[in-house]
This record gives sequence, structure tokens and C-alpha cells, in this order.
Amino acid sequence: MKVLVAVKEVAEVADDFEIAGTSIEESYLTYDLNEWDDYAIEAGVQIKEAGDDVEVVTVTIGPERAEETIRMALAKGADRAIRVWDEALAEADLLDVAAKTEILAGVIAAEDPDLVLTGVQANDDAFGATGVSVADAVGYQWAAVVNALDLEDDVAHVHRELEGGIEEVTEVDLPAVLTIQTGINEPRYASLRGIRQAQSKEIAAWGLDDIDLDAAAVESVLELREMYEPESESDARYIEGGAEAQAAELAAVLREQGVVGE
Amino acid sequence: MSDDVLVVADHRRGELRDVSLEVLTAGREAAEATGGQLHAAVISGPVEEFAEELNRDGVDVVHTVAAGEEFNHDVYTQAVTQLHDAIDPRITVVPNSVNGLDYAPAVANRLALPLVTDAVGFTVDGTVEARREMYGSKVETVVDVAADDLVVTIRGGEWPAAEGVGDAEVVAEEFSVDEDRVGSRVTGFEEVAGGDVDISDADFLISIGRGIGEEDNLELIEDLVAATGATLSASRPIVDNGWLPKNRQVGQSGKQVTPDVYLAIGISGAVQHVAGMKGADTIIAINTDPNAPIFDIADIGIVGDLFEVVPPLIEEFN
Repeated sequence: MKVLVAVKEVAEVADDFEIAGTSIEESYLTYDLNEWDDYAIEAGVQIKEAGDDVEVVTVTIGPERAEETIRMALAKGADRAIRVWDEALAEADLLDVAAKTEILAGVIAAEDPDLVLTGVQANDDAFGATGVSVADAVGYQWAAVVNALDLEDDVAHVHRELEGGIEEVTEVDLPAVLTIQTGINEPRYASLRGIRQAQSKEIAAWGLDDIDLDAAAVESVLELREMYEPESESDARYIEGGAEAQAAELAAVLREQGVVGE
Repeated sequence: MSDDVLVVADHRRGELRDVSLEVLTAGREAAEATGGQLHAAVISGPVEEFAEELNRDGVDVVHTVAAGEEFNHDVYTQAVTQLHDAIDPRITVVPNSVNGLDYAPAVANRLALPLVTDAVGFTVDGTVEARREMYGSKVETVVDVAADDLVVTIRGGEWPAAEGVGDAEVVAEEFSVDEDRVGSRVTGFEEVAGGDVDISDADFLISIGRGIGEEDNLELIEDLVAATGATLSASRPIVDNGWLPKNRQVGQSGKQVTPDVYLAIGISGAVQHVAGMKGADTIIAINTDPNAPIFDIADIGIVGDLFEVVPPLIEEFN
């Protein structure tokens, strides 16, 4: 069995930051593995540990810098990695769902996995749509927002986390793409041994031509025109002062509200 | 292509979800801008009953598709694709719900349409421009869509619910599902938020989030809970980490709460969390980040370190 885990390196923004044009100034960004994808990696590695002859391959769309992140996935137990990048992608302001679909569909065609796992959404652009879009493009089945997963032969038994504390219990035929919700498992930390082993694992660098695409295929129909900080709608009354004074005033507020007794 | 607008309703276990009336409003605004008709579609379940509820001011046609009881993404993808072929709308509006995100991307892919998800606003003026957030609500963006038609999913709570009673024509659509393209089966539902405590009954909730840092620090908050007689709840990361059970989770995928006082400690206020607690009478927030979105809805704010504020607060009540 082959499991493909699609991951993304995302930028995290400092509390205070500046916007330049339609992006956040680089000095306020740090890069890390997308939180949801960490759970997808763990789900893939758990399938590998529970079965015989399971290969876990991770794929990312990203520049060379992203190798650090994908190396973490390898350290946690993935067998090898593919990184897709191209000059045409570097120039795009915003990669839309259709462009990501084209690229990942190309990787799936080349790798022919039984199961594709990815996070529900990425913390940066948060489209939350690529997994389902790719599944439809390659003719795989799918399930979005999965928070429990059990494989049995050619069927994935999943729970989908709906709103309001309700889960939908669903069977999905393989091959399938599942988008993984946080909390489905407890992502491991990479062990020192894992980190050492990851150094010798392969990260294949693919260009668009490796998956029979050209720059036109990944041209985004969406154009990011403006980026700004949302105006604060706060009309909160702020309690100022040192911690002791703040605590005293807060205690007075709570007493006034009548929710705490003496 | 017509100038019409198609919106798709969301329902679960025999009830329309609130966002279904919100997509009608978003659709009506778009139809006013394009000068086209507003079509609403409802798929599966008691569709005739739903059609009556969807017949609001400004709705021109309600299309009903009788196909099973509950949501199935393969059925929805096929039905919406078929309706899109017949109506050829300029814009298709879908709720940005867990189910909306389970079929809208497939519809967009199948019809080769651009997709904008989680829009908090959009305007049609020749071209379409959508507003959406990035980086966990830290920034808002304006996205231009360089295409004649598109699919957009809209965030719940951003548009008001459609009102009034319309004079829509109700059309029962002929639809037969292509079983060869159905690869998933819904076998049931589970309620996961049961257990010892019902946080939606509490008058005073003390709620903790990522700012707590480590599981060991929970003890400090438990001391505060004990000293004040409050009930303990949490935002998603705390439950994801297994530090508190699911029945303590406030938010979109947890419980909706409406206490007299909601004291949010170390919670940034992501939109999914706010959806679960904005109905509280008084919201008090303690957070180190003065720009945290929780302060946007707080009545009383403390910009400060919870580890410095909470210990003297406990003393106040002991």
C-alpha cells in the first residue's frame, strides 16, 4: 500500500507586522509545517506502523526553503519526499485551488497512491478546498474534515467532524483523498534517530515538466489585489495597570456581575 | 452564460441550517448586481418543506432535488453540476460549511470554474471581487476573479438571514444519480460532546486557550475555577491536545454557549471559536497580544500575561 501525504510549509505572522503591497514583510514571517498537515503525517505514519509493506511518501509544492519542513515529515517516519517547484510558481502572488489541483493531480498520476492524506486547510491562505478538488480531478473518492480513520481492505471508515459536536460516520472506497482535521491523533515529535535517518532520505525535486505541465497550466485565475489589517472593531473597556491592580478590578467586575459569591 | 445566481442550501437531520438563509441574502445581493434571477437549490431530505422555508423575498425559483435523506457529496456534486448546466449561472454560492467544503471544490473542478472559499464579502461589478481573510484572520484580502463565472463559498454569520415570504416558483427537478460515481456512504451520526458537564448550561464560563502553553498550567486555571465557582471550558487546541474532553469545547465544532459571563484566558479568538461564544452577555478577555481578535468582541479587556494576572485573581476570591 502506498500513502501520499500532501503537506505545506506555511508562514506564521508575528503579533506585530507590516504589510508591503499584497504580502506581509518577510522579516515578520517564520516558516513551519502547516498545523493540519502534521496530523495528516501522523495518520500516514500510523498506517505504516500498523500494516505490512506500507510506503509513506510526502509531497509539497514549495521552494528550496521548504525542504527543512519536509525533512521534518521524513524524520517523523515518511519514507521519501517529492518537492515540486518552478519559476512560474515563484512569480505567482497567490496559487489558486485549480493550480494546486493540476500539480497534485500530476504527482498522483505519477505515484499512483492508494490513499492521499492532507490537512483540512492551510493556515496561510486557508482555502480548505484542494484535497476535494484533487480527488475529483483524478477520479478518487474523498472525505473532507476527517477526525477518525480506520482502514479495512479497500474501504476507509471515517468520521467527518460536522458543526455543533456532531460527527458523520461514512465509508469511503479506496483509492481516496482524505482531508485530516486537527485532534485526530497526537502528532509525534521527531526522535533524534528519526532526524538522523531523515538526512539520508530522498527529497526528489520535480519541475512542472516532470508532471507534464507548463506555466500556463498553473496560472491563477484569482489575483490578490489588496491586503490590509482588518479595522479593529473593539469597543472593549480595557483594565489598565499592573497585574495586581488588573486582578483586583477584574474581581470587582465579576462580583458586580453577580456570578461569584463571597 | 446567463446573469442568474444559483445558491445551494445546507441542511442536516431534517432541518435547514441557518447559513441557508444567509446564502439567499448573498445570492440576492449578487442577483441585484447582475440583473439576473435568483435560483435556490435544495437537495435531499424533505425538499418540499425546505422549499417553503427557502421561499423568501427576492427568490425567483426554488429547485428541489429529491435524492435520499441526508447529505452525500457525490449526490450533491452531480445535482449541482446538473443544475449549473441547466441554469448556466454567473455565480454559484455555497455555504462554507463542513459539507459545503465536501462538494463545492468538486463542482468547481468538474465544471472548470474558479473557486473562492470562505468569502466574508463579495461584489459583482462587471468582474467579481471577493474579500477573504488569511493567516488566521490577521489580514484581510481583496481577490479579483478574472473569469466569467465562479463558485464562491461564504462564511456563516457574515450576511443577514433572508426574510419575508417570496413568490418563488418551485420546480421539482428530474434527477437520477449516477451510482457509478458514488463512492461513499453515510452510515450514521454520532454526538460526541456528551459527558459529565453541559457547558451550555453554565452562567459563568472560564475558558482557556493556547496561551496556557502546557498541560501542567491547567492546575492554575482549575484553582481559579474552584475559587470562583465557574465552569471550565476551552478552545479547540486544548481539546485537540487531549488536555480537556470534547464536551468542554466552545466553538463551531463544539458547543455554542451563552453564559452571563465568559472569561477567555489565553484565547486569540479565531472565527470558529467566536462562533460558539459571541452570544455571551459579558465577554472578558485576558491576552498578551493587544491585536488578538478576541478583543474585537470583548466587553472588557486585559492586555497582560495570564500567569501574572490569574494568581492574584485567585487570591481575591480565597
